[in-house]
Amino acid sequence: MTRSVSNPWLHRFAVLTAIATFALVGLGGLVTSHNVGMSVPDWPTTYGYNMFRFPMSQWVGGIMYEHTHRLMGTIVGVLVVILTRWLGGRPSCKPLVFVGALEIVAGCALLWLAPNLRGTGHFLWGVGVVVLLAGLVLIRNKPAPGSLVALGWIVFVLVQVQGLLGGLRVVLIKDAIGIFHALLAQFFFVLLCAIALFTSRWWQNLGEKVPQLTDRGGLRRLLIFGTLLIFAQLMLGATMRHQHAGLSIPDFPLAYHKLWPPTDPASVRSYNQHRLDVEETNPITAFQIILQMVHRIVALFIFCAVAVTAWKARRNLGSRHPLSKFSVLWLGLIFFQIILGAATIWSNKAADIATAHVMTGALSLVLGALLTIVAFRVLIPVRVAAIQRAETASSTVLAGKPVATSAK
Amino acid sequence: MKIHPRFLVIPALVAGLSAASAADITGTVTLNGTPPEEKIIDMSAIADCSKQHPEPVKTQFYVVGANNGLKDVVVCLKNVSKSTGDSAAPLVLDQKGCEYIPYIAAVQTGQKIVIKNSDPVFHNVDVIPTQDGNKPANKAQAPGAPDITISFPKEENFLRFKCDVHPWMFAYVTVVDNPYFAVTDKDGKYTIKDVPPGKYTIAAAHRKANGNKPVEKEIEVKPDGTVVDFTIDLPK
Repeated sequence: MTRSVSNPWLHRFAVLTAIATFALVGLGGLVTSHNVGMSVPDWPTTYGYNMFRFPMSQWVGGIMYEHTHRLMGTIVGVLVVILTRWLGGRPSCKPLVFVGALEIVAGCALLWLAPNLRGTGHFLWGVGVVVLLAGLVLIRNKPAPGSLVALGWIVFVLVQVQGLLGGLRVVLIKDAIGIFHALLAQFFFVLLCAIALFTSRWWQNLGEKVPQLTDRGGLRRLLIFGTLLIFAQLMLGATMRHQHAGLSIPDFPLAYHKLWPPTDPASVRSYNQHRLDVEETNPITAFQIILQMVHRIVALFIFCAVAVTAWKARRNLGSRHPLSKFSVLWLGLIFFQIILGAATIWSNKAADIATAHVMTGALSLVLGALLTIVAFRVLIPVRVAAIQRAETASSTVLAGKPVATSAK
Repeated sequence: MKIHPRFLVIPALVAGLSAASAADITGTVTLNGTPPEEKIIDMSAIADCSKQHPEPVKTQFYVVGANNGLKDVVVCLKNVSKSTGDSAAPLVLDQKGCEYIPYIAAVQTGQKIVIKNSDPVFHNVDVIPTQDGNKPANKAQAPGAPDITISFPKEENFLRFKCDVHPWMFAYVTVVDNPYFAVTDKDGKYTIKDVPPGKYTIAAAHRKANGNKPVEKEIEVKPDGTVVDFTIDLPK
């Protein structure tokens, strides 16, 4: 398992990058909640302007959300490049210089050879300049432990892929790219939070403060299950939101005043005829109605899974164990998320509430992932514990000492 | 080669007779039921939009005039493929006061739609067709920018235009494969001009009331014109 580095400033920078990414997730959520993802048709320019020189007087309406999202994406990109350089230390300079130069050349080549990919060309050479500069920084710092360096390179690649996906979603007018962009953002956020965890003093001291215990309650599996279920729920949520059809079911906890709503063509036609929203969204379909019903049901499953996890953690590890405490926090977050989901419907998908729902979903995923990582460090499977006890017992017998009682 | 005038007589007679026998279909579309209140569009967040409207702007879901006449109903002949869109005058769709004018329109396949920006603000013209063959588009249009011209090769009901900068801005254009269509005025009245006599299916579609299931009638257009009225029921 990854061990942290003892550099508090690196940890603080990782935390800063994670917080900036969380803000970026929120801004992206606002874009979709306000249904303004297409309000800036060109990329990486903004209405023909260099995006850093677009007049603030024109940051109005949908442009404000989309443009600030792009600017924040640029900030996160720069932070991630710096983080990658910091984690990689001096040995990362050459690869960064190489990649940066390659991106500049590729970007210029695209501008020259493929005019219809101008946006991608400008994006590549711009990113390449930042990467090249990072590689030319002469600070001779030591690299972090191997797996942290690898994580740094992964987020380095992902942040650029994210930028590209965001741009292509707009210029190619593809909602499917928007869904993938949203999901990759969640995964990217998890990785950044993991880097923040691994660079923390808390993680470094965890082995001393929290002894390894046997995982009698199957907590590790429960945590993986709960986290994956949350990710599946985020996939459902992203798919729902990128239909750009508003609320497919306008009431909660019932659905069109029923436990399960009719989805025959006549009923769906009637639902659409009665929708009179100022921001006229796409007509709803039977698929979207069913999607929202599945989203509601999965929310219940998630609540149960996390509740069982929290209960088992307290029962098997005690209430003072970090896993127990954070599992209760996780449960509280899920409960709050359910309230936000209901509020999203009751408020007719008010953009701020819907976005809070997205951000809480991101936090739920991150907390589940980090709990899982911690669990895999402080809990050992029953069979492994049994093997360890047997080995300890046999070595103790050989040494002529009494056999110690095992940990819980 | 010089054509003698006598050889032009018969084609001229045929053209004249065709024009003389083409007739108009007129009528009124009424709404059966009391429509819900229109909603006020809040433009206050964008001063350049709100200052152009001294009175509150409302949605136009059901615009009902005298004697329950229903505006914005697209009336057209079905199953007639005779587009003259290539030579038809373009439809002008204007962005003015941060609204699309007109809100509901109809064009032929291949007919140009010219989109203007008469506002002092940026708009994006986001075109969202649903029929295969009609391409989506999303174009920026700064204040004073050149007009955007677009056309569609396939029939489609209520093809959506929107502005994502101003999320209340929509227009819907029905694309028809013939020149025989009209959109009802504020009193629900329409006129479809120059229809050759014969038997046809005529349909009336209102976007909210019955957009997915137009009211259809079998009619016979007489040389001296035909009146076809429709009643559209408010959805229950």
